[in-house]
Amino acid sequence: MVTRAEDVTPQRYPLREFLSRWLLTTNHKEIGTLYLWLSFTLFFIAGAMAMVIRLELFQPGIQFAEPLFYNQMVTMHGLLMVFGVVMPGFVGLANWQIPLMIGAPDMALPRLNNFSFWILPFAFGLLISTLFMEGGAPNFGWTFYAPLSTTYGPPSTDFFILGVHMMGISSVLGAINIIVTIFNLRTPGMTLMKMPLFVWTWLITAFLLIMVMPVLAGVVTMMLTDRHFGTSFFSAAGGGDPVMFQHIFWFFGHPEVYILILPGFGIASQIIPTFSRKKLFGYHSMVYATIAIALLSFVVWGHHMFTTGMPVVGELFFMYATMLIAVPTGVKVFNWVATMWRGSITFETPMLFAIGFVILFTIGGFSGLMLALVPADFQYHDTFFVVAHFHYVLYPGAIFGTMAAVYYWIPKWTGHMYDERLGKIHFWTAIIAVNLTFFPMHFTGLAGMPRRIVDYSLQFADFNMVSSIGAGLLGMTQVLFLYIVIKTIRGGDPASTRVWEGADGLEWTVPSPAPHHTFETPPPFPPIMDKDEGTPLNE
Amino acid sequence: MISIAGKLKSGMMVAVLWVFSRPVFAVVFDLREGVTNMSQRIQALHHLSLGICVVIGAIVFGVMFYSMFAHRRSRHPKPADFHENTLVEVAWTTIPIVILVGMAIPATTTLIDIEDNSDADLTILITASQWKWHYQYVEADIGYYSNMTTPTAQINNLEPKGEHYLLEVDNPLVLPTRKKVRFLTTSNDVIHSWWVPDFAVKQDAVPGYINEAWTRVDVPGLYRGQCTELCGKDHAYMPIVVDVKPEAEFDEWIEEQRLARELASGQAVADRNKEWAFEELMQIGEQVFLSHCATCHEPTGLGQGVTYPALAGGEIPTGPLAVHIDRVMNGKAGTEMQAWAPQLSDRELAAVITYERNAWGNATADVIQPRTVYAAR
Amino acid sequence: MTETRSNQRTHVVLLFSLAVGMFGFAFALVPLYQVFCEITGLNGKTSGRPADPTAIPEVRASDREVTVQFLASVSNGMPWEFRPSTHQLKVRLGEIYTTDYYARNRAAQAVTGQAVPSVAPGYAAKYLHKVECFCFRQQHLEAGEDRHMPLRFYVSDDLPEEVHTLSLSYTLFKVPTTQAANSVANLASIQQ
Repeated sequence: MVTRAEDVTPQRYPLREFLSRWLLTTNHKEIGTLYLWLSFTLFFIAGAMAMVIRLELFQPGIQFAEPLFYNQMVTMHGLLMVFGVVMPGFVGLANWQIPLMIGAPDMALPRLNNFSFWILPFAFGLLISTLFMEGGAPNFGWTFYAPLSTTYGPPSTDFFILGVHMMGISSVLGAINIIVTIFNLRTPGMTLMKMPLFVWTWLITAFLLIMVMPVLAGVVTMMLTDRHFGTSFFSAAGGGDPVMFQHIFWFFGHPEVYILILPGFGIASQIIPTFSRKKLFGYHSMVYATIAIALLSFVVWGHHMFTTGMPVVGELFFMYATMLIAVPTGVKVFNWVATMWRGSITFETPMLFAIGFVILFTIGGFSGLMLALVPADFQYHDTFFVVAHFHYVLYPGAIFGTMAAVYYWIPKWTGHMYDERLGKIHFWTAIIAVNLTFFPMHFTGLAGMPRRIVDYSLQFADFNMVSSIGAGLLGMTQVLFLYIVIKTIRGGDPASTRVWEGADGLEWTVPSPAPHHTFETPPPFPPIMDKDEGTPLNE
Repeated sequence: MISIAGKLKSGMMVAVLWVFSRPVFAVVFDLREGVTNMSQRIQALHHLSLGICVVIGAIVFGVMFYSMFAHRRSRHPKPADFHENTLVEVAWTTIPIVILVGMAIPATTTLIDIEDNSDADLTILITASQWKWHYQYVEADIGYYSNMTTPTAQINNLEPKGEHYLLEVDNPLVLPTRKKVRFLTTSNDVIHSWWVPDFAVKQDAVPGYINEAWTRVDVPGLYRGQCTELCGKDHAYMPIVVDVKPEAEFDEWIEEQRLARELASGQAVADRNKEWAFEELMQIGEQVFLSHCATCHEPTGLGQGVTYPALAGGEIPTGPLAVHIDRVMNGKAGTEMQAWAPQLSDRELAAVITYERNAWGNATADVIQPRTVYAAR
Repeated sequence: MTETRSNQRTHVVLLFSLAVGMFGFAFALVPLYQVFCEITGLNGKTSGRPADPTAIPEVRASDREVTVQFLASVSNGMPWEFRPSTHQLKVRLGEIYTTDYYARNRAAQAVTGQAVPSVAPGYAAKYLHKVECFCFRQQHLEAGEDRHMPLRFYVSDDLPEEVHTLSLSYTLFKVPTTQAANSVANLASIQQ
């Protein structure tokens, strides 16, 4: 039965009720909501920093952002987007959806779940507060290479290190929770090879998190001791090596970027079958390909370091291993296309974002393959070609993936359909804006524009202007998205149980909005989809 | 009545006219060919990988768009029921592998050639620091600093920008044509990266370590590059200019450098023996300050927070002279304050210290002579 | 239900241990990196130890000669003049050579320095054997003091064929006074 806090009368202390509900909740739906709102808030803050960057780069010369401040914007934009937007966004989706998709009443460790979330506002509060500290915020890029970050870092660097530790703890604890939930709480009959792909990709992502977030914790601890406790990990003076920092950082950093995309792959694998009204093509290969990508991600870190003076054998090894990742990734793309092929496709907003994801992420993958070729990388490395590459895989990749998921599942969460016309406007403006912003960056990079510069020479001016205009438009689409989300929460056409005609899975068997507690007893699997809702998927 | 459509049309006309009225709609789409054998091979590799990606993309996206058209619900109401096909899956796993091998082969041979640094004709030690380059010709024993010369007025939009905005230096690296030049890169402080796109040489400069790279340029000319690793505040302001001269001219140039060095030492002796007037020193000192110190300490001497301390009323410029001289000449380890003794002459050092001790109301009335600086070396 | 609970507990313990283990692994990467570099000499680090005296070969009439270049760098904030006495030497493999570096403390107070070597090409580092090197220990100079610091080395004859030039660079770093070895002991050990 549905029991909601608001239904119980009387509410005599509304503020206390509100705080104790949201501060102390152990409910996966509410915690999912908290993560999603945190992610959305930081999206606007980090996005505002991107606006500062693009405004300054609108024209050559220094307009209003002095180099010291600009470098802080570049650094904080990267840190907040990676750690504050994409990761918590995916964790929010995981919290909402994993128990619903496997037929579990909640996550395995609900109180740990609450703790994992509530570390984050403090971590990000600390990180953002560094902007107001003496010497300013971290200004050495989100990759914080030594010795710029150790010997030459501002005083706020130590707070940055603490913030990273806090975020890392949150991620690791959250990942443990997800794995334990998936291993132990699946409804009977759901073997691993029958789980929805979103659950699979999150299972693999969670393992990646547990393996590499502690390595990040290690490297920032080494930074701290180098700065204050007399060690010399990254300083040649004491027998250390600045390049070793890069090795350890990227050992974390490369799996990290797969952490930033795998759940997006899972989302695409849920949405495309639904709107093609056809089962996902090649379920087994999709699982194996994801595992292959995750395993390979551990042995390619050197491709971020080709100009550091690596010996040839190292360069060749990392080149071949990196190129190899194209194979399982290609398999996934082909499988999505094959799912659409001879399906019966409709183009609601989630499907539009999912298709946009596949096409534009693939373009990002192509530039990644080009970057893998070491001699060519000597011309691309640390230029805007790299910036174009990772923004294509992150924005139309992770962000579109998250947006697609929100449009897809928000009727289940709120009980209301979003406004389809507005959703389509959001999609079309976003797709134009994203390409306007990031496609020219390929060309500025090829023309020779380095990264992380506050000012540039004249031959880069025209494309930079175009990028900045695109960025302004992109910023406005986020405001539209916020409006759509709030509007949907407050009201809209009532959503049915199944919501989408082609939907299949346990989450589509509970009422919309999903009750506070669901699956208190394990549901039957395979799910009995509501046949009144339309054509069931072919078996 | 002006309709919306009409407004849109005229708006677009204006936009199009604006775009094409600009003197140079300077857009470059392709990676440059460059002037070395390696840069050309790299461009070819770039074309190969780009071409393959475009073809694969066209096929994959073509199939997708076709499917979106032909299999949309209104045209294709009954979805098919296949979700496996082993043959197809094997095919689209093995064919990409074959394509990748095809790309890896030219990449491998080019890489092996790029990494062959042996048997060079001359060696240059490139030392990066915040925010300039130092070039040392190892065999000829000549060395000098290379600083950006773009005026701050252009950067701050007070003057129109020159053609080589941010890509001009006082002393370019001079190289001979048709000789294999070996570069050894290192750094004094943080990691920088030396990159000249026309040569396709990019090598990180790591403090405490030397890295090798090489090039051979057959076409004389001026080639420009930039620092390509975030290195602090003025990362955007440490360009590289290489002047490649035909061999005979290069040899002449080396001789000129040797002569200039001797002259400088003669000049330095004369400077030391002269008694300089306060006004002379202040004038020279202000020039030196604006071109070397103001970027951090600000022309007003007010500095920028804790990182770049204020000199106006500052402890060091108004405190003991010996401390001030030591700080300017030897820098401060672990900060961005560099040692200026290797980079500035006795006259310049004496002048800038005099200026700092007397400008912005710091009226210490100290006058520092070049011979005092020389004694402190 | 209890079975699931105990399974859960096992999983939590295992996963938590994995996380802790990976934290330790990050630190283990440090010595792993050093070992890898020492064995392969891949990043140009010479070992910080003197060459084994018993392994010093007899003077060979080896035909093979290579050029060794000597380079010097001074780190930011280090107030010393520092340069090699010779820029390059043509050396025969297997034969011991002696050269030196000149250093002068420009500052008004005593400063202790540490020279850190680096070799290019990196893989040639392990064939450059230093019998005696000023880089083995900290160097202490009083204000204004200068010194010639000796370097004795040989290049072993198993140096790969394709190497014809070796570059040996030293970067001089300032040692903070808290870490400087006792200056008297330093002077005494150098005067051998």
